[in-house]
Amino acid sequence: MRGAPRSMEVLRPRAAHEAVRLFGRSPEAIPLAGGTDFMVSWNAGLLNGRTVLDLSAIKEWGRIRARPKGLSIGSLVSHWRLQNHPVVQKDFPLLAVACATIGGIQIQLRGTLGGNLANASPAGDTFPPLAVYEPVVHVVSAEGARTIPISELFTGVKRTSLRRSELIESIEVPFLPKRPRRQRFWKVGTRAASAISKTVAAGLLWMNGDGTIRELRFALGSMAPTVRRLHHVEGFVTGKKPTKKVLDEACALLEKDVAPIDDVRSTADYRLEVSKNLLRSFLDPNYRG
Amino acid sequence: MIAVGVSSHRKEGPEKLCGVAKYIDDYKLPGCLFGVTLRATIPHGTITNIRFDPDFPWHECVIARAEDIPGENVVKLIEEDQPLLTEGRILHAMEPILIVGHPARDTAYQALGHIAIDYQEKTPVLSLEESIALKGVLYAPDNVFKRILIEKGDIGSGLATADAIVEGEYRVPYQEQAYIENNGVAAWVEKDGTLVVMGSMQCPYYVHKAMQGLFPRREDKIRVIQTTTGGGFGGKEEYPNMIAGHAALLSIKSGRPVKIIYDRHEDMLATTKRHPARVRHRTGVRKDGTLLAQDIEIVMDGGAYVTLSPVVLSRGALHASGPYECPNVRILAKSVATNNPPSGAFRGFGAPQTLFAAELHMEKIAAVLGIDSLALRRRNLFREGSVTATGQILKESVGAFKVLERTVARSQYSKKRAAHDRWNRQRHRPTWRGMGLAVVFHGAGFTGAGEVRLASRAGVALTKDGEIHVEAASTEIGQGTSSMFAQIVAETLGVPYEWIRTDTPDTGRVPDSGPTVASRTCMVVGGLLQRAALRLKTAVEELQDNFPRTERGLKEAAKKLTKGKPAVHFVEQYAKPEEIAWDEDHYKGDAYGVYSYAALAIDLEIDKLTYEVRIRGLTTAQDIGKAINPLLVEGQIIGGTAQALGYALLENAVFRNGVMQNAQFTNYIIPTTLDTPPMRVELVEEPYSRGPFGAKGVGELPFDVPAPAVAAAVFHATGLFIPQLPLLPERIARTKRDQTAR
Amino acid sequence: MIRLRVNGKSRSYRGDAFKRLLDVLREDFDLTGTKEGCGEGECGACTVLVDGEPVVSCLIPICQMAYRRVETVESLGAPESPNVLQEAFLVEGGAQCGICTPGFLMTAWAYVRGGGDDDPAAIRRVLAGNLCRCTGYQHIVRSVIETVRERNRRRNARLRKTRRKK
Repeated sequence: MRGAPRSMEVLRPRAAHEAVRLFGRSPEAIPLAGGTDFMVSWNAGLLNGRTVLDLSAIKEWGRIRARPKGLSIGSLVSHWRLQNHPVVQKDFPLLAVACATIGGIQIQLRGTLGGNLANASPAGDTFPPLAVYEPVVHVVSAEGARTIPISELFTGVKRTSLRRSELIESIEVPFLPKRPRRQRFWKVGTRAASAISKTVAAGLLWMNGDGTIRELRFALGSMAPTVRRLHHVEGFVTGKKPTKKVLDEACALLEKDVAPIDDVRSTADYRLEVSKNLLRSFLDPNYRG
Repeated sequence: MIAVGVSSHRKEGPEKLCGVAKYIDDYKLPGCLFGVTLRATIPHGTITNIRFDPDFPWHECVIARAEDIPGENVVKLIEEDQPLLTEGRILHAMEPILIVGHPARDTAYQALGHIAIDYQEKTPVLSLEESIALKGVLYAPDNVFKRILIEKGDIGSGLATADAIVEGEYRVPYQEQAYIENNGVAAWVEKDGTLVVMGSMQCPYYVHKAMQGLFPRREDKIRVIQTTTGGGFGGKEEYPNMIAGHAALLSIKSGRPVKIIYDRHEDMLATTKRHPARVRHRTGVRKDGTLLAQDIEIVMDGGAYVTLSPVVLSRGALHASGPYECPNVRILAKSVATNNPPSGAFRGFGAPQTLFAAELHMEKIAAVLGIDSLALRRRNLFREGSVTATGQILKESVGAFKVLERTVARSQYSKKRAAHDRWNRQRHRPTWRGMGLAVVFHGAGFTGAGEVRLASRAGVALTKDGEIHVEAASTEIGQGTSSMFAQIVAETLGVPYEWIRTDTPDTGRVPDSGPTVASRTCMVVGGLLQRAALRLKTAVEELQDNFPRTERGLKEAAKKLTKGKPAVHFVEQYAKPEEIAWDEDHYKGDAYGVYSYAALAIDLEIDKLTYEVRIRGLTTAQDIGKAINPLLVEGQIIGGTAQALGYALLENAVFRNGVMQNAQFTNYIIPTTLDTPPMRVELVEEPYSRGPFGAKGVGELPFDVPAPAVAAAVFHATGLFIPQLPLLPERIARTKRDQTAR
Repeated sequence: MIRLRVNGKSRSYRGDAFKRLLDVLREDFDLTGTKEGCGEGECGACTVLVDGEPVVSCLIPICQMAYRRVETVESLGAPESPNVLQEAFLVEGGAQCGICTPGFLMTAWAYVRGGGDDDPAAIRRVLAGNLCRCTGYQHIVRSVIETVRERNRRRNARLRKTRRKK
């Protein structure tokens, strides 16, 4: 344990406006929510001497509210609360399932959605579900409030489009206009539980009456510096029947939207092969590799 | 039997369960310094300069370097090649350079960031292949730490008469012990000059010997005490010599107590791991599967220093031909030097590596001959009277067939094999299914003359107040030593288990019972305690007719026997059974007094889309002679099996330039509750006449058998023969792709 | 100053705001039963209950624990009087080297107290964030199953007694 408690300065706002003000005055501070990412780096001695903006006391940001158009999830809501919320389970089941795969129960009880988003890991398990549910992220700073679509939030490995002194206050997930024909979440991790993903995927599929694809939304994580929607694939399959030829082409197009690497956990080849299998089996449930 | 064969509660269980048992970092040492280790970041070279940042408050720190060592700068083990702290030469990354002490833990760590090292780098040798190819000579003349040759019969004529010759090459990787308690030690010097070392360890007397070389003193002026230890598995067999030396050196230099507690990252980076190995088989067989010739070549990566490599190699070589009788055998084994961190002991100690190869090779032979691998095993498996590769006749306690048949029956092996064959033919199934089997043996105790050299001693004491104490240096590291010893003594005396105390292994108080390794604790040291207890019983019965049945009676007998002294001690020393004959020079004869046996069947399935492996069922039967405590024995089997499943499927130590890249639990993957299946365990007891109540060894045996069974099951499921571990999905996928391409 | 409840007692802490809960428990409150295994929240050895929920104390700065209710292994029982869960671990062999045990006990206790079933699959799921290298988990799972059953037995016995009184 290499963290030096003495060296840290801690700012503890009680309310959102206070947090915004403090962060505006000390933009070099690091926001802290549940600590499941921050404290790992801190324990390694990498964050000694920094100022911490501890957001955990801000009650306003811990609420989940169902609104007519969608669900508003406060940035400090834990993955545990999220996965057990009835509206999330009913209307955003992929998000609920994803939350249940993050670490063990101890991590799910502390880790927050906002903290996870701000940390912007390429392997974030909730990101593919969010990418297909298309929420907007409400951020706030001393300069005012702004809304960022999820597709514009992540800009690189552990980088977001958040400006200096901006804090995430909530995300708003719109209810889907129509129930999808099929929806699935997969996590291929390094082991059966408490694992970082090698590939993580989420898919939503709507079909037309004539057997053609009305709309596909498919996202992959751990396959690029940020979570990626398979825009090329989605555009290509729209209006087509999921024949073998169409799926062959779709799998080839998948490569255009991702950039998998070799790392300590897995290989680019494996990740590519598996993500193609997942895409294919989503569109053709009889596919067996 | 009243105490043996009973699943008595763990002696130290209540303390552990209530958070009262103290592990080394639970001890507060007032005025102590916290020590941290500065380590080399390159695998090979020399240090040209060490620069201390002038802005750091060095006056608050104490620094210990090689020149501060009063004795020899050597961590004594088998050879005397490993320095406690380098004097400039770097032979592996993470090699310790100096120790910094500071009263505050975090400041001590910060200090490391304020020291810069300049190196002159040399080309590193980073694999056993590079070592054999002499990319560099690290250990004169040819990088070979140790060579072993085992010969039986005539390999040439054996191969010549064979109907078929089957070759195979098998590779197994590093494995990190991953005990949940990291290495940690405290050291201080008492007013009377006694150096005291306390910490997480398996072998207090090994530490004692190492300290004597570094800090020469009279034997009784060094005291080593084992604290409650959170797992060892071999990773704390000899490594504590190093960390203890560091703590003691800093303590002597500073005049203050010192604590060194590794964090997970440092422990994984710097401490020993299981030897990687390459094993080649060339086997001559008759058409019907009878083994005629086994020609085996083993190479192990010993890392930068000799440490325990010769002994690991020895056990590996002695198990390399598997539990099978073959008239002509040649086993050529080498342990080689590289610029990787030194390899060391890990449950199984060479045998898991060579048994993986031997057992998986049986699958290959069966496939080549077109016969069933179970039939192949039955045809060649050891029975009483079989002769091993070293010419040892297995005279008794050979449970090989029993464990095999019990496993086959209970797992419904043949039925499931056939069912899975049908399943795999059905293309619409989402998985492939496989059923795999393996059978192994594991020698109990030190090899050959090892036990004679150790000359272990252990005893029983009766205090004047009527307390019965077990006095042995064998350590409780979770496997149940304290309980098992108490049960053996209780049974021998005919008294309740609760009356027996097992003392803390403290070199100031207990005799040298040898290390807690090699599956020897029950059979060898337990055997000594049985004899010692018998002498106590006899001594008491000479004063009165019977050994007391009540605690009051015991107190009275104790008063009589001790005659005013604080206690009477009955100590026994190891004496080799006459019938064991071993020729160390030619590696012939009785390598071990007796062997334990295990068979394991595993039922698994592999996802066709992701190649992830899921275990559906696991059944095992293990012959351990006599289960002194069935619950603890079952615990050893399930735990060892889980570790071996990690070895087989999950654990992959990634190295780059001699440095482990995934030195943390986040990326070094050990099994969780959801990766470990429920297991059906059957205990088989083929008693050994020389073991206490018939007991043999159980600590390591369970580790030897799962990995080849998993590989056999993967082979059955997919038709892919993958002679390498771990069987990661990536490896299965790549092998399938390569095969499809061909 | 930070006030919190630890094992039913009101405690105050006056040190650095960013000291970890784990270290405050072990060093300031002398409760060394909770252990550190990895410092990354992976092994679960440092698990304690905060407001009844299992969390890894190596990842929590003490400044976030104001007015919270913390329970450590020391709250369960003592060697002379282990609680039902500890007793089950003793009987079923749930602890070997013991270093991971306090963490397992706390996660399991939250599960049992929360009305968890004697379902091995559910138990394995809830314990998936606690690593053990010695036991292979089976005896731990059996210990929790036996605890749930024993608690149910005791509760049923109490109910029968109450009914009889009526």
